[in-house]
Amino acid sequence: MASTDKATPGRGLERRAVVQRLLADRGGLLVVTGLGSSTYDAAAAGDHDLNFYLWGAMGGAAVMGLGIALARPESPVLVITGDGEQLMGMGALATIGAQQPRNLAVVVLDNGLYAETGMQASHTARGTDLAAVASACGFAWSTTIDRMADVEALRDRIHRREGSAFASVRIAPEEPPRVLPTRDGVELKNRFRRALSLPAN
Amino acid sequence: MSNPEEASQDWRDQVFDTIRRSDVRQVSYVPDAGHSRLIARAHQDPDIAAYPLTTEEEGIAACCGAWLGGQRSVLLMQSSGVGNCINMLSLAANCRFPLVMLVTMRGEWAEFNPWQVPMSRATQGSLELMGVSVRRVEDPAKAADEVQAALDDAFLSDQAVAVLFTQRMLGRKKWER
Repeated sequence: MASTDKATPGRGLERRAVVQRLLADRGGLLVVTGLGSSTYDAAAAGDHDLNFYLWGAMGGAAVMGLGIALARPESPVLVITGDGEQLMGMGALATIGAQQPRNLAVVVLDNGLYAETGMQASHTARGTDLAAVASACGFAWSTTIDRMADVEALRDRIHRREGSAFASVRIAPEEPPRVLPTRDGVELKNRFRRALSLPAN
Repeated sequence: MSNPEEASQDWRDQVFDTIRRSDVRQVSYVPDAGHSRLIARAHQDPDIAAYPLTTEEEGIAACCGAWLGGQRSVLLMQSSGVGNCINMLSLAANCRFPLVMLVTMRGEWAEFNPWQVPMSRATQGSLELMGVSVRRVEDPAKAADEVQAALDDAFLSDQAVAVLFTQRMLGRKKWER
């Protein structure tokens, strides 16, 4: 996939390229995606048993990542979600900040838009700085990213499990073709556990 | 056990011991006075990650995440918090995640604060509408047994279960300081 290294000022990085880079050489990475475009982006990078796609439960992605991270401290856990989804669960950033899981990273693909519902402007387009919120909530590391080189560094940081990490990645307001993974929640749950050698129940 | 204070501590300890024996490794909560003993014991236990939530719906997602990662968890809240969970319960319903919610009731017996009443009246119904099985506990002597049954129904038979500890059992909240 072609991508520019530096975002066009005011435009942002290509979301599919960002997610593909974050999931490169993923090893034992455990992934939760927020409903909407983030789920399609992760599926487009390659379906994987250790991807848990949310198709609903808006606001739940980050704290679902916390539950996984506490259960599996030896595995890196990555939550990939959008600004709208994270805004609905902003309190979760305080909950995560209070626990400081070393192996949890939350990456928000931030276009300042509710893309799924017709590109309405979100609060991040109106002044909310999610990276500042995460920092104020006690995340060990938090930043805003607008260069692909920083996405690459972020990918490495996630795998080092050296502290709770948050990144708001500025992405372009584009809508790439939808790549739709399974919507069967039981299948998503069971295949994730199976991949970790856990019984279905 | 003529001293009611001793009796009440006893059932709370029994509930915690039941959770502990069932290999529950995460306890998330929005605090309630009725859960204070359970919360304190969970924090004291080195094998349990106990953590506060900013809103109860976070706990639904956290419990589901814990299960994905291979751990059992329990979520504690008071009845008003059930209202905050409604849409997030679709996660448990859709994916058939095991889920155990322990809910202390307010607004149903000798209540001082009328603001507790509407959600109290809607607690059991809204849980059931979202597919959660509900058990009400009126008798402290049966509390641990009901919690054990809820743990079995959740983790052995893939159900979402809420145990409601009735306000009559918990006793009047003291308003005078």
